[in-house]
Amino acid sequence: MNALPSPAAAGNPAGAGRLALQALMVAGLALLAALPWLGADDYLIAVGINILQYGVLATAWALFSGPTRYVSLATVAFFGIGAYTAAVVGETLPWPAVLAVALGISVVLALVVGLATLRLSGVHFVIFTFGLAELVHQLVNWYEVNVTRTLGRYLFVDITQVQIYWQLLALLVGVLATGWAIRRSRLGLALQVIGDDEVVARHVGIDTTRAKLLLFAISAGFIGLAGAVMAPRWTYIDPAIAFNPVISFQVLIMALLGGANRLFGPLLGVLPVAILFELLSGSFPNHFMILLGLVFMAIVYFIPNGLFGLLQRRRHRAGKEGSK
Amino acid sequence: MLIVDVLLAGFTLGGMYALIAMGLTLQYGVARIMNLSYGEVLVMSAFGTWFAVTRLDWNPVAVLLASLPLGYLASWLIYRVLMMPLVRRSGAGPALEVDSILATFGLLFLLQGVLLLAFGGNYYSYSYLSQPVDILGSQVAANRLVVLGFAAAIGLGLYLLLTRSRLGTAVRAVAVAPRFAPLVGIDVWRLSAIAFGIGGALVAGGGTLLSMFLPFSATMGVVFAMKALVVVIMGGVGNLLGCLVAGLMLGFAETLVARFVDPGLTLAVNFALFLLVLLLRPAGLFGRVAR
Amino acid sequence: MSAPLLKVAGLTKAFGGLVAVDKLSFEVAPGEVIGLVGPNGSGKTTAMNLISGALRADRGSIRLGEAELVGLRPDRIVRHGVARTFQLVRVLGSLSCADNVAAGLAFHPGGAFGAGARERIHALLARVGLGGREELPAGELTYIDQKRLELARALALSPRLLLLDEWLAGLNPTELREGIALIRSLRDEGLTMILVEHVMEAVHALCNRCVVMNAGVLLADGPTAEVLRNPEVVRAYLGEDVETDDLPPPRLPTGEAATQLNLGAGGQHA
Repeated sequence: MNALPSPAAAGNPAGAGRLALQALMVAGLALLAALPWLGADDYLIAVGINILQYGVLATAWALFSGPTRYVSLATVAFFGIGAYTAAVVGETLPWPAVLAVALGISVVLALVVGLATLRLSGVHFVIFTFGLAELVHQLVNWYEVNVTRTLGRYLFVDITQVQIYWQLLALLVGVLATGWAIRRSRLGLALQVIGDDEVVARHVGIDTTRAKLLLFAISAGFIGLAGAVMAPRWTYIDPAIAFNPVISFQVLIMALLGGANRLFGPLLGVLPVAILFELLSGSFPNHFMILLGLVFMAIVYFIPNGLFGLLQRRRHRAGKEGSK
Repeated sequence: MLIVDVLLAGFTLGGMYALIAMGLTLQYGVARIMNLSYGEVLVMSAFGTWFAVTRLDWNPVAVLLASLPLGYLASWLIYRVLMMPLVRRSGAGPALEVDSILATFGLLFLLQGVLLLAFGGNYYSYSYLSQPVDILGSQVAANRLVVLGFAAAIGLGLYLLLTRSRLGTAVRAVAVAPRFAPLVGIDVWRLSAIAFGIGGALVAGGGTLLSMFLPFSATMGVVFAMKALVVVIMGGVGNLLGCLVAGLMLGFAETLVARFVDPGLTLAVNFALFLLVLLLRPAGLFGRVAR
Repeated sequence: MSAPLLKVAGLTKAFGGLVAVDKLSFEVAPGEVIGLVGPNGSGKTTAMNLISGALRADRGSIRLGEAELVGLRPDRIVRHGVARTFQLVRVLGSLSCADNVAAGLAFHPGGAFGAGARERIHALLARVGLGGREELPAGELTYIDQKRLELARALALSPRLLLLDEWLAGLNPTELREGIALIRSLRDEGLTMILVEHVMEAVHALCNRCVVMNAGVLLADGPTAEVLRNPEVVRAYLGEDVETDDLPPPRLPTGEAATQLNLGAGGQHA
């Protein structure tokens, strides 16, 4: 989470290079979208869903935590709310309305939590988000036990795996497009300034709390949507499944590994970690958490700036040697 | 007698929270490490005590005497081996906060994984001094009184250590002015390791005490760490008196809600209290507002 | 004297037991450039922080035109037209020079963002002598150039009142001359400024009036040349400060000069 070595190291890709990159991205996207028609089997789609899910979550997480450097440990709180909302209203409302409700609740919760904690220092925010998932978990539990008297719900909706896959892909495009747009907006500049020096930010007229709040809500909205989209995959949902803290943890690992300060950084981290965990959880189910902890610590100690930072430093160094 | 019931339960729980939070406030206020894996040390100590009591036939009080130095040693090692590289890397600057949160978050999962592997996810407990004692017409398990007594003794011991000894003065100097402490000949890193270790001793002692009167499981460390963090911040970072007051507030709030409303809402009460205090006094009850 | 642009009255701020600013009162007329001087620790920077909203006053009032600034957040105060630089220079090191100035332009009513801001950014950078460095990361500038950049960022806020906190400190003679010329050109355009400054050469050259603080209280307020000859002011400096290089040669106070001064804490601004 340290500052990137130097923006100059990123360099400016020439116009032609950028165009080629964009063409490549569109082609890649088309390929991903067409994957179900290209004879991908169920297993491949399942892997794709897993990767896309974390892609959305990690990118959305970094949307807020990257520029502001507020480490949010609450990913699963919003994810779980999205999933649980889908489980509650999924069979009574049309699917787009379900997504809208999940989005709305996540955003409102983020605004309430943010309003209460973002005015305070970063540590308060971390502590609060550390417990938020557990808090929401307990509250949902309490509500289900005392009010609805049904702990655990079945969700039968007519949504196939492939449809989930496409929804997640669309969501990923949505997060990336939003991140791209923010970077070019006044809000993006405000966040860059806040990330660099919050005191200066206030003294150039930035309402820092409002900027952070807005971004936190946007990020939480996407995470909640991802939860709702994923819900039909489980058919059975109870609070322990929806609010599993390991999800927050994995998202954090991926985003940090990739590099939280870049739009595409988190995606870079999703691929290796998702594959690694897929292998680990299959081969060492009992040691999974230990390995999770070890992988995480290895990243914090050895790749503090993320893979993106690592690549950049390489390029920077190569560039320097080349110019000698 | 309902009042006596509530008072005793509130004091025991609040006293435990205060004790655990005192250790954390040393680790965060002096050594500047926001230790999210703090609760895992507590639970490890509880399991260690359970093992010594049920398998080796030790007396829990004897275990307490052993767990204090062991907790110190283990935490001192964690600081020297795991935290020092981060302290060096960040130059003890603002990056240390984020780095330490991340590293100890990883440690949390590592330790919890080990505990789950060794003990599974079930609740454990053992019976110690569970016969009831009559106090003002109220029946209380004797072990709670013992726990309350030891918690108070350890807290008082820490207070005396910090206010009356040369070591304590140095620790407080580092807490207040880490940049200037070296100017009066204080080795900040050595002191930080010691403070981190003392914090570990307190939480290990807390784990042993906890096991005397409450069932525990491998996954409950997170909630305890969170409550301790809430107490530390509510009381004002680095302030022992703040820990005591905030710990008791939390203990009583939980006891009252569990007794009269619903045990499922204790965490919600914690958070409500946390937010209320911070909105009214952003630096905590006894914290100093930074210039 | 026309209606003051800034009117500070009874301003007080304490840190624990230390009263850093004690019932400070003074006024600044539109277009005026005043020096806020005094030995280190006399409360000058605290006063600046109170005006810019970085700190919140315990008591007293700060009026800018019709608006009361006490109790407002810094970002609100900026929108009322107060800009500042910092004693220890604070540029946004990871951003380019152009983006540093863009940050000053983007978040206030008279500002601009995106393509519309480009020309103003160029003009502001050129004005402070940083033309052509638009894309350079601010963190790679020299100390002096960082100060220039900080000034450009402050000017981008189109302030009615500019607070310069030791902006001229640490410059070599050539740079100092350029710096003074730059501030003088701002003065000639009618910008109201408060300079916290130890460099007496600059204070003499730029400020018609000086407000002297010592130990949190107003010691003197009057025309620069006279105030700096005031025996109490001289004693405050020589008694407590080590920066004797910056001092005018101590002169024995003449009886005449002393009678023309406004002595004491806020004498005329009850």
